Amino acid sequence: MDVFFANAISFGVIFLFGCVGEILTEKSGHLNLGIPGIMCMGAAGGCLGVKLCTAGVANPSGVLAVIMGILFAMIFAGALGAVYAFLTVSLRSNQNVTGLACTIFGVGFTSFFLNNVVLTEGVSTALSNAGLKFFNAHIPGTENLGWFGTIFLSHGILVYLAIIIAVVATVVLRYTKVGLNLRAVGENPATADAVGINVTGYKYSFIISGAAIAGLGGLCYVMGYMNGIVGSTVDQTIQGIGWLSIALVIFTLWKPALAILGSIVFGMLYILASRITGISFEQIPLLNMIPYIVTILVLIVTSIVGHRETQPPASLGLSYFREDR
Amino acid sequence: MDTQFALELRHISKSFGSVMANRDINLTLKKGEILALLGENGSGKTTLMNMISGIYYPDEGQIFVNGEETVISSPQGAFRHHIGMVHQHFKLIDVFTAAQNIVLGPGGNKYGVRRINDEVKEIAERYGFELDPKKKVYDMSVSEKQTVEILKVLYRGADILILDEPTAVLTPQETEKLFTVMRAMKADGKSIIIITHKLHEVMAISDRVAVLRKGAYIGCVDTAQTNEQALTEMMVGQKVELEIERPVTKIDRPLLEIRDLSVRSDEGSIAIEGLNFFIRGGEILGVAGIAGCGQRELCEAIAGLRKVESGGIYHEGDSIVGFSPKQIAARGISMSFIPEDRLGMGLAPSMSITDNMMLKKYQDHRYSIKPVAAKEGEKPFAQKCRRAWNAVTSFINRRVACPFVDRKSARAEAERVIEELDVVTPSTETPVRRLSGGNVQKVLLGREILTEPNVLITAYPVRGLDINSSYLIYDILNRQKKAGAGVLFIGEDLDVMLALCDKIMVLCHGKLMGVVHAEKTTKEQLGLMMAGALNLEEEKGKKMGVAKDSRIGEEHGEDGTWNA
Repeated sequence: MDVFFANAISFGVIFLFGCVGEILTEKSGHLNLGIPGIMCMGAAGGCLGVKLCTAGVANPSGVLAVIMGILFAMIFAGALGAVYAFLTVSLRSNQNVTGLACTIFGVGFTSFFLNNVVLTEGVSTALSNAGLKFFNAHIPGTENLGWFGTIFLSHGILVYLAIIIAVVATVVLRYTKVGLNLRAVGENPATADAVGINVTGYKYSFIISGAAIAGLGGLCYVMGYMNGIVGSTVDQTIQGIGWLSIALVIFTLWKPALAILGSIVFGMLYILASRITGISFEQIPLLNMIPYIVTILVLIVTSIVGHRETQPPASLGLSYFREDR
Repeated sequence: MDTQFALELRHISKSFGSVMANRDINLTLKKGEILALLGENGSGKTTLMNMISGIYYPDEGQIFVNGEETVISSPQGAFRHHIGMVHQHFKLIDVFTAAQNIVLGPGGNKYGVRRINDEVKEIAERYGFELDPKKKVYDMSVSEKQTVEILKVLYRGADILILDEPTAVLTPQETEKLFTVMRAMKADGKSIIIITHKLHEVMAISDRVAVLRKGAYIGCVDTAQTNEQALTEMMVGQKVELEIERPVTKIDRPLLEIRDLSVRSDEGSIAIEGLNFFIRGGEILGVAGIAGCGQRELCEAIAGLRKVESGGIYHEGDSIVGFSPKQIAARGISMSFIPEDRLGMGLAPSMSITDNMMLKKYQDHRYSIKPVAAKEGEKPFAQKCRRAWNAVTSFINRRVACPFVDRKSARAEAERVIEELDVVTPSTETPVRRLSGGNVQKVLLGREILTEPNVLITAYPVRGLDINSSYLIYDILNRQKKAGAGVLFIGEDLDVMLALCDKIMVLCHGKLMGVVHAEKTTKEQLGLMMAGALNLEEEKGKKMGVAKDSRIGEEHGEDGTWNA
């Protein structure tokens, strides 16, 4: 049971990265449906970064491998985020269409990139070594702390990074001027513009940083949860996780702090199918549907209650052009 | 440099597409004065002010702030020069508190919830505003929202304030309060530009008046040396017929009768309580009342858009409660409501005028096969063929609902509305949102009248319109009245209602205070009734809203007591 919870957390944080990234993006008024593709890009970039400093290196540095992984994941994901931002902010193209295009591109690119550029001779061993030794290195001695150690302290660095990012995002959104201005941009860009907030600047910064954070989710899946084992269907799995991350945004009512709990719940639901014994192969997809059903229920409840605080940012999905009348 | 002026505009021009919104405008604002900017709808007042506040960028001309030439390319730029604008449509974030809205923006002091609440409270008290900094905007009344808007620009250190039609949405008491605050700001050394249509407010508050007409600058006069008549002449450029016509018509039996009607508001509270009234064909019934005392709910209930809690609505003696809006419209009841933000209810903003004409009557605008017209010197056989063809096609037209729309006839209607109501638009295919507020209203009302309703319900049809357009609207209503329609006119200006309406009913918090003949009543009496201080219903002890010759009784054999 302890292991189940530990696994739920280590899987859940993948959602958490994607979810926090999407929350920041949506708070700026942009619905980024490119998150699945962006998370894939993060996985591709992360693998490349880890490969560069481990494959063929006699005595690879763990710290360097982790930093390179994180850095490259963020750069790759941020790059696709920047493309999305340019298209939707500057060119004011339709956000849904652009986002879907980004997902298709990101997933396809990752599949190609991992198989043809990253995974050359001997690299998969280097990656799995790095995943096991560096990304999943945890504080020694936690095995002896019983259930508490297993559930909370047995994780690699990315798990704690995810939670730190979620907490920081909460603080920024709720207690800082930057957060206030960002929310204003997402609620009503014309108003924000009129008081002198740099609407375009805010949108670009938070779409790109949101994408970079979401990209860490892809890295977290490959190097963290999968211990660096790059399977042939990795792009498909991350894509599925990406869609759930977007659902999680709704589930957690656009609140990063709630997203920490929500992601663990989603993590549990996601791995539930593989932990319950005595169910047939056909029943597994039914269990996999649960997160989506829960999300729809949350949507129904919040819509019926209709409280103003639990609604999405008012101008989510709308382009802003100052001289438009 | 001459620094007598806080703001000076020289030769400013701006055009949108082919429409010249501002043409070669010169304007000065002295330090510490209140300047009223007067002009009809679409005269370019808001456009001009938007250029000062950095929303638009002028095509030509220079702007001087405190005697120095400046380029204002963004709202940030405007704030850097201590210029702040309070827009006509409030630019507030609904889910934020008052204080959060006020401190919004780059720079400023350290952010902290308690800190900003204190700061806002202090600045509000300095100018005599009443405001709870912790209140969320979505819980606020219109005047509170406006207070937040004004505090917002003051907080940001504005020395030049621009108020775009601040009184359009306020009650007289709230307006008076605003003027007190404006005088306090003036005493504090602020320079203020106020845009308004209401001449008596111009006379009451301003030091000087600048007049714009059709995008051009007409002149600037000292308020003390002018009067309302002179200003009107400057504003419209031609003599305006000040008398509103009230034609005498042959009145008919009641067309629409409301009995003991109760309706709930969106929040679930009772908005209309036990209301009785009736409209006859050939009369205009005015509805007077303070904003938000059930007018909207009443309109929506009659049009079938809102559930009737109890009571009855009878049209020509038949109950129409529970009918769908489409069925109600088919009976000839038409409703147009101009909401406070004026962007309109019933028009699709990004669709063209033609498309909006079709929205209401798409069934009538089906494509149909046109009959072949007779030719001169037609041979008997050809004539037979033509007649047979026309008979067949007219049968098909009647029996088969063609899935295609006929844009030609809709366009003809659009052209008719544009011509008759003098709508200013580049073409019939222009999206409605590109028109100015007054023109949008004309399109909406014009479309409703085209359906030739027998009951025309119109709420605030002249809201925000200039004098000429308003008279045009009154004229349209009178024409409907002469044609035998019953008109329910929900208005705000008592003077207009006294001149235009035959009878006026007064609502106070959803209750009927009485129905009076416009000729026999006074403004004071109406004012007392609106405030709830005088209830003619109770005083005279009879139900004034029930017609003696009601059509309900005879056809339904219902409760005869109403007829007593």
